[in-house]
Amino acid sequence: MSSGIRFDGVSVAYGSATVLDSLDLTVEPGEVMALLGPSGSGKTTALRAVAGFVRPVRGRVFIGDRDVTELPPHRRGIGMVVQQYALFPHLRVADNVAFGMKAQKVAKSEIPGRVSEALEMTGMAAYARRYPRELSGGQQQRVAIARALAIRPGVLLLDEPLSALDAQLRSGMLAELARLHRELPEVSILYVTHDQVEALTLADRIAVMDKARLQDCGTPQELYRSPRTEFTASFVGNANLLPVRVGDGQVRLGEAELKVDTAGVASGVTATLCVRPHLVGLGEGTNALRGTVAEVQWRGATHRLYVDVAGQRVKADVRELRQPPGLGESVALHFAPEDAVLLSAGVAADE
Amino acid sequence: MPTRSALRNICPQREGKGAGKPPERPRTQRAFWVIPPVLALVLTFLYPLALLVQQSFTPLEGGTSVQPYVDVFEDPAFREALGTTVWLAVGATVGCLVLGFVLALVIAFVPFPGAKGVARFVDVFLSFPSFLITLALLFVYGTVGMANGLWTDVTGAASGPFQFLTTPWGVLLAEITYFTPFVMRPLLAAFSQLDTAQIEAASSLGAKAPRIVRQVILPEALPALAAGGSLVLIMCLNEFGIVLFTGAKGVTTLPTLVYSKAILESDWTAACVVAVVNVVISVGLYGLYRVVSRRVGA
Repeated sequence: MSSGIRFDGVSVAYGSATVLDSLDLTVEPGEVMALLGPSGSGKTTALRAVAGFVRPVRGRVFIGDRDVTELPPHRRGIGMVVQQYALFPHLRVADNVAFGMKAQKVAKSEIPGRVSEALEMTGMAAYARRYPRELSGGQQQRVAIARALAIRPGVLLLDEPLSALDAQLRSGMLAELARLHRELPEVSILYVTHDQVEALTLADRIAVMDKARLQDCGTPQELYRSPRTEFTASFVGNANLLPVRVGDGQVRLGEAELKVDTAGVASGVTATLCVRPHLVGLGEGTNALRGTVAEVQWRGATHRLYVDVAGQRVKADVRELRQPPGLGESVALHFAPEDAVLLSAGVAADE
Repeated sequence: MPTRSALRNICPQREGKGAGKPPERPRTQRAFWVIPPVLALVLTFLYPLALLVQQSFTPLEGGTSVQPYVDVFEDPAFREALGTTVWLAVGATVGCLVLGFVLALVIAFVPFPGAKGVARFVDVFLSFPSFLITLALLFVYGTVGMANGLWTDVTGAASGPFQFLTTPWGVLLAEITYFTPFVMRPLLAAFSQLDTAQIEAASSLGAKAPRIVRQVILPEALPALAAGGSLVLIMCLNEFGIVLFTGAKGVTTLPTLVYSKAILESDWTAACVVAVVNVVISVGLYGLYRVVSRRVGA
C-alpha cells in the first residue's frame, strides 16, 4: 500500500495555546520526511495529528487520498514507533510483533510467517522468545520497528526513535533505518527529530519547524547549503550568522570587506551572512577576519575556536591543532566566497 | 601534572571493593537496635495471640485438649457462619474487583471534568469507618429509608419493596460499597505508572478499546488487582461492623460468632477457637496471595 501524508492547513490548540499553526505539508508516497525542530516547535504534535492522538481545531489530515481527520487511531492503518519503544512488557517479542495483526484480524495461519519476516528484517529473529526486559535499548527499538512494520502500513511514523539510544547505537540504527527504507520503498515515513544529523542522514526532505510553524522545507542539501532563514541556518548546522552591510559584490563586517555572492540583494541594506563553522579556516586568506580568541574547545579530531570579530562571535571548526591559540590571542580567520550565503530572509532595509 | 599514584589518592573508590563506604557497625551494636521493636511486637501482638491459642485448647473442665475444636467444628452454627463468611468475603472481593477496576479505568483513562477530585475523594473514602457506609445505606434502602419512603408515598402501599438490607445481600452491598476504594487506590497508582505510549502504540496498531483494556492495561494492573483484592478479602473475612450495623437477621459470620460466643454466651474457649480459625484463614489467604503475586511478578 503506497500512501503519502498531506497536512492541509492543520492547526492544533490546547485551550488558548496554539501548538501547531496552519501546517501545510505533503509527504510524497515512499518519501522520508523529517520534521526537525527544537522542543515545543510543534513537530510531535504534527505527527500525533497524523496518528489520530490529537484532533486539529482547523484543517484536514490526509493519508493517501483518505481524509483521516475524524478517524480514530485504530482505523488509520499506520505504524508508529516512539522514543521509549512502548513494547508490551508482559508479551514476548514475537507476541509484541503479532499484536497488531491480531488486532486487525489477520488470518491466524498468516501471522507466524509475517512475524518471522518482520523480525528477520530488523535482525531480531533470534530473540523472538525473549521478553522486552531481556533486551537492550537498541534491540527493543528494533522490535518496536518490527511491530510497526508487521502490519504493513502505508505510513510509518517515527517519533524521536533514536533519542533514548547512546551515540554508537544511534549511528548503527540510522544505517538500519536507511536500509529498511531501501527495502520498503513504498512506505512513507514521517520522522520527528531534534537531531539534525539524523534528519540530514535519513530524510529525502526536511521540514524545519519552530514556534508551532513550518519555517522551511527542502532537501537536506538545499537546507544545509542554501538556508532561506536564520533559524534554518542556525538549527541545521549551527552556522555563523553575521550581520553585514551589503555593497556591490561584497559585504562589510566591521572594517573587513568580504567577497561574497550578493546577487539578488540590493546594495546598501543590512543582511545576514551565513558561514558554516567547518568552512572557516584559521590564518590569513581570502575574506580574512581578524579578532581575538574568546574560547577554545578541544573536540578530539577538531578544535572549536570562538573568535570575537567586530563585536560578533565567530565559530571555527579546524582540524586538531598542535598549538592551539591562547585566550585573548589575536588571530585571523578566513573563508572562501563560495562557502558563504547571504540570507535573503535576513535582509532588512537600512536605516 | 598529577602522577598515577597521586591519582590514587584522589580517587579512593579505586582502592578496592567497598572503599569509600561508611564503616560498618559491629554486629552486636546492630543486634541491640533490633531488640526493642522485636520486644514490642512480642508483647503487644504475639503474646496475646499465644494466650488466645492456648485458651482455645483449654476446655471448660480444664487441661489441654483438641476437644474444643471438635465441639466447635461439629456445631452447625459454626459451619454456617464459616460458609457465610467465606461466600460473603469472596462475593464482596469479586464485586470490588470488578467495580473497582471499571471505576479506576474511567477515572484514569476517560477524561472528564473533576476526575482528579474524584480520585482524591477515593483517598478520603478510605478513612471512613465501615459503619458509616452501612448507616448511609440504611438511610437510603432501610425499611423506613428514602427509597421505601418514596415508594410508599407514591403508591400508598404500607411498605416499600427494598427489604434486602437485612439479608446477606444487604451485607454484600455494604461491603462492596465500602471496600471498592481499597481496590481502586492501588489500581489508580498502577494506572498512573502505565506508559500511555503503550496504549497509543496498541491503538495505532489497530486495537480497539476492549482489546487495549484486556491485553495492555489488565496485565499491567494484575499486581495491583492482586494486592487490592487480597486486602479486601482479608478485611471482609474479619469485618464486624458492617454485619452488625445492617442488622441482618440470620447472617452470622465468624467475627460476629466470636462476639456472640464471648460476650453473649461467655463461652471464651469456643470464642477463641473461632477466632483462631479466623486468623488461620486470614493468614492462609495472605500466604496464598504472596505465592500468587510472586508468580505474576508483583
